[in-house]
Amino acid sequence: MTAEAAARVGVSHTARFSPAWVAERLQGAVLHVAVISLTVAWMVPAAGLLISSFRHFTDINQSGWWTALAPPYNFTLENYVQVLQSSNMGQSLFNSFMITIPATLIPVTIAAFAAYAFAWMKFPGRDWIFLALVGLLAVPLQLSFIPVLKVFVSIGLVVQNWGFVGVWLAHTGYGLPFSIYLLANFFRALPSDLFESAEIDGAGTLTVFFRIVLPLSVPAIASLVIFQFLWIWNDLLVALIYVGGTKSVAPLTVTLANLTNSLGQGYNLLTAAAFISMLVPLIVFLSLQRYFVRGILAGSVKG
Amino acid sequence: MSSVTYDHVVKRYTSDLTVVKDFNVEIADKEFMVLVGPSGCGKSTALRMLAGLETITEGQIRIGDRVVNHVAAKDRDIAMVFQSYALYPHMSVFDNMAFPLQMKKMSRSEIDKRVKQASGILGLDNFLKRKPKALSGGQRQRVALGRAIVRNPKVFLLDEPLSNLDAKLRGQTRVELQKLHRDLETTFIYVTHDQVEAMTMGDRIAIMNAGILQQVGAPGEIYDHPANLFVAGFIGTPTMNFVPVTMENGNAKASGFDVKLPKPVGADKGILGFRPEALTDRIQDDGSTLEIKVEVVERLGSDQFLYGTAGEDTITARVDPRMKVAPGDRARLGLDLRGIHLFDSQTEKALL
Ligand SMILES: Nc1ncnc2c1ncn2[C@@H]1O[C@H](COP(=O)(O)OP(=O)(O)OP(=O)(O)O)[C@@H](O)[C@H]1O
Ligand SMILES: [Mg+2]
Repeated sequence: MTAEAAARVGVSHTARFSPAWVAERLQGAVLHVAVISLTVAWMVPAAGLLISSFRHFTDINQSGWWTALAPPYNFTLENYVQVLQSSNMGQSLFNSFMITIPATLIPVTIAAFAAYAFAWMKFPGRDWIFLALVGLLAVPLQLSFIPVLKVFVSIGLVVQNWGFVGVWLAHTGYGLPFSIYLLANFFRALPSDLFESAEIDGAGTLTVFFRIVLPLSVPAIASLVIFQFLWIWNDLLVALIYVGGTKSVAPLTVTLANLTNSLGQGYNLLTAAAFISMLVPLIVFLSLQRYFVRGILAGSVKG
Repeated sequence: MSSVTYDHVVKRYTSDLTVVKDFNVEIADKEFMVLVGPSGCGKSTALRMLAGLETITEGQIRIGDRVVNHVAAKDRDIAMVFQSYALYPHMSVFDNMAFPLQMKKMSRSEIDKRVKQASGILGLDNFLKRKPKALSGGQRQRVALGRAIVRNPKVFLLDEPLSNLDAKLRGQTRVELQKLHRDLETTFIYVTHDQVEAMTMGDRIAIMNAGILQQVGAPGEIYDHPANLFVAGFIGTPTMNFVPVTMENGNAKASGFDVKLPKPVGADKGILGFRPEALTDRIQDDGSTLEIKVEVVERLGSDQFLYGTAGEDTITARVDPRMKVAPGDRARLGLDLRGIHLFDSQTEKALL
């Protein structure tokens, strides 16, 4: 094993206090410092937001959030109570779910089928269609707002008649290129022997997809679901265009944006509302995290 | 159980890339046929056409009397063991073996019975619940075999199934595979680039080179009567000695020695071939002798190999391990005339 390889797998065969040993330790230390500083840089604003959300309106205006860390402790749940009561948070939360869940599941499902076809089926024009799809990744979605909205209005696909169907479709369209691209690349990397073996064993295309490709792609699909979920959950622009700000349909992001407008200096409420909004992606992430099992392909084929 | 026939089979990827050329072999029912040749010669392709994983450009492949050119892989009643094993990594050993049976919509109890039977034969009973990644290479290889056995196929196809095992395990598995072949009484077609596997396992061997079938025959027959220069050089270790010769009154004249040919040949030039074991320290009355300048001595316990030169030709000899010889010595050795071959220098075909 070369020293480089040893360092990579974290095994040290070098003698203590030799220059190589010191260099190795230093490398580790530098890495740790870098990771910790990055984490802190990311955590500080979030922590500030969290602490602020538990402070009184007057305190927030008078002193920085870090002063709250010293006695006298003066925390309150008032902001949360007020947000949940005064604005239509409950309804917005529900709307957010109603938008996000189908708008995540529909494109990921379609993308999985499409990616399988792109990766493992032969049909004329396959590579060109795939290339065109990848090209779509570069198109800014703002470009599509007016034409798509015009089509939706002309065929009556508006919130008043069809509820969230329009925004589901829009998110599906925006999400598909990336989703297909990601999954097709993942599927393509599966060993071809598995497909050939399954073919001889008598498995048809659908059986191969459901019994072999999908189970082996759980990590990729889980990451994609998280991406898509977070992006839609935090999306303001698309929701504003296709759903609008009406109370009965507005998702959390839209309601939050309105909170500052309507309440002027509602900074304290905004902090609490933002935290309620953050809770959901956090739960989604933590619950899907266990699917990122590394080396799920280990033991299949020897490379 | 079935015979397999390759009838003028051709595989062409593009108009100027033909990887299997006019391939003709008849493999008998229950035969153990080994397809052997150097890397890239097209043996996997030949096997994969039979498996239904590659299309057949020209010619016919028959299993029994049925032409299978356009039969789907799953309907050919064959089973294949891949070099990589191709186990389904997310399934347990049991599920891996049950998968082909589930595809046939077999009943649960029947599946259970067959998998248990196969796992018994292969000694996998204790691993049925494990995932492939928790198995050793040898165990994985046996699971791959098990997955083929449970289907009870007409023909077994194996593409270098031992090449991922270490030397010792390879030797054991070689023996086990032969036993398995005897017990299952099924046609086996076995692809390898290893001539030792070919010689030890096959009822018959088919040797390929550059997409062309060179010779088909029993291991001993191929060893003793190679049809051409390629086969002669490919089979046997250390390789056969090759010496360019010219013919003069029934003698083959090399740069350093003469050999009397057992029968006249109709050529005035050729390549003389003899295996190292035909050149020994036993000098026979009616044999030829030749003197070599020894350069390297290799003592293996049961054998002693001498590497040296005679005239301008490099020569390997296999002598008694008790013979005292050192590098730099000149050694007079006897050549057994029963072991000499002569090949045409143009066509490379055997002349004797
Ligand atoms: N899909 C393909 N397109 C073009 N050429 C191919 C294709 N598949 C294989 N070949 C070529 O066909 C030739 C024979 O390949 P094959 O896999 O049959 O060799 P092999 O005898 O099994 O060799 P090995 O011992 O290395 O497995 C090789 O030269 C290879 O490059
Ligand atoms: Mg091969």
